[in-house]
Amino acid sequence: MKYIDEYRNKDLIIKLTALINTSVRRDYTFMEVCGGHTAAIHRFGIPFLLPDSIKLISGPGCPVCVTGTDFIDKSIAYSKIKEVIICTFGDLLRVPGSTSSLEKEKTEGADIRIVFSGLEALEIARFNSEKKVIFLGIGFETTAPGTAVTIKLAKKDIIKNFFLLCAHKIMPPAMEAIIKEGVNIDGFICPGHVASITGSAIFDFIPRKYNLSCVVTGFEPADILQSILMLVRQVNHDVPKVEIQYSRAVTRNGNIIAQKNLSQIFEHCDEIWRGFGIIPGSGLKLRKEYEEFNIEKIIPLHIKSKVEDVLCICGDILRGLKTPEDCALFAKKCVPEDPTGACMVSNEGACNTWYKYRIDE
Amino acid sequence: MCLSIPARIVSIDGCMAEVSAGGAIFKAGLHMIENAEVGDYILLHAGFAIKKISEKEAEETLRLFEEINDSLNE
Ligand code: SF4
Repeated sequence: MKYIDEYRNKDLIIKLTALINTSVRRDYTFMEVCGGHTAAIHRFGIPFLLPDSIKLISGPGCPVCVTGTDFIDKSIAYSKIKEVIICTFGDLLRVPGSTSSLEKEKTEGADIRIVFSGLEALEIARFNSEKKVIFLGIGFETTAPGTAVTIKLAKKDIIKNFFLLCAHKIMPPAMEAIIKEGVNIDGFICPGHVASITGSAIFDFIPRKYNLSCVVTGFEPADILQSILMLVRQVNHDVPKVEIQYSRAVTRNGNIIAQKNLSQIFEHCDEIWRGFGIIPGSGLKLRKEYEEFNIEKIIPLHIKSKVEDVLCICGDILRGLKTPEDCALFAKKCVPEDPTGACMVSNEGACNTWYKYRIDE
Repeated sequence: MCLSIPARIVSIDGCMAEVSAGGAIFKAGLHMIENAEVGDYILLHAGFAIKKISEKEAEETLRLFEEINDSLNE
């Protein structure tokens, strides 16, 4: 397919790798923030192409992984209410809550449906007017505008049985939290699809305030290798800045229509991230004018979540402090078919990708 | 779920399009992009077209790759 094959060209990849090899002058550590990048990096075997002096670590950009146990517990509690239909992206199903998962509840009879978009959930609401349809809103700046459009449509078409349980988050505060933790990195492989919405300018504070390099990156192997080369060169010249490698999808200013939708419907709030606790200003919540769609306002619930399995180190992995191999449960008790923690569930989770692509090392 | 994939618009009906990616057809909301036309490449994410892929920029990146190829062949 156009825009995929060219970026997987083997000769090109060999040559980019060679160029990286001749450019390294020291040790480098770069963090890929986006779960999509984590998956692509391991799927294409990028770590094996790089010289030993370049280390890649994963960050907090898998939306399923950073969703807190309390959100899963709440979703489950809503699913137990009669007349409720829960609509969710498939990845959330197997994430363990305190005592159960959405998948388990579904097999036990709860009406939980997998959808590909908010629009699909809205359709389900239209056809089930006697039910309350709750859409589980997770994801970053890439996914949240779709939820915003859906809420706007629900308001316009006066769909009174459609609601949102919202855990949408934004990326820059989490990246700042990582830096403040003191994780030792030289730069970020910045999330390309988040940036297609926000524009690359949202990362400007990183070189300015923290002297770290940033390259907004696409998702094919040549994209990733080219970005690593750009990062190495930035570090070598000691000129940290934000560069765009993924220029076919990203501009400095991003998608203005999507941004408008976001700011019309949502405002910033403090939000819980697995592994981090509360990160100030990192969440999105419905504005007052749209509160009629906030299920937590319509049916308030008070949930006491249990602390996560003490042996699961998902939190440290999401903060770039550890790798899956450091976990005592990895590939033993915790496997994709029976995950202990969220990082083993999603295709974009670090533990899941390590399990799939690095286990026979 | 976080992944966005390049897809080609095959038909448009109001605010919705059918797009093709990897041999499969998906529905995509066009609410966030302007002047979408059949044949355009877009990024599909969670049921919405979130961005038109710029052919000009895609070609430019590929041209840069060519240069890398050339410079190493010399
Ligand atoms: S391997 Fe499983 S238990 Fe260990 S950190 Fe990853 S998700 Fe948690």
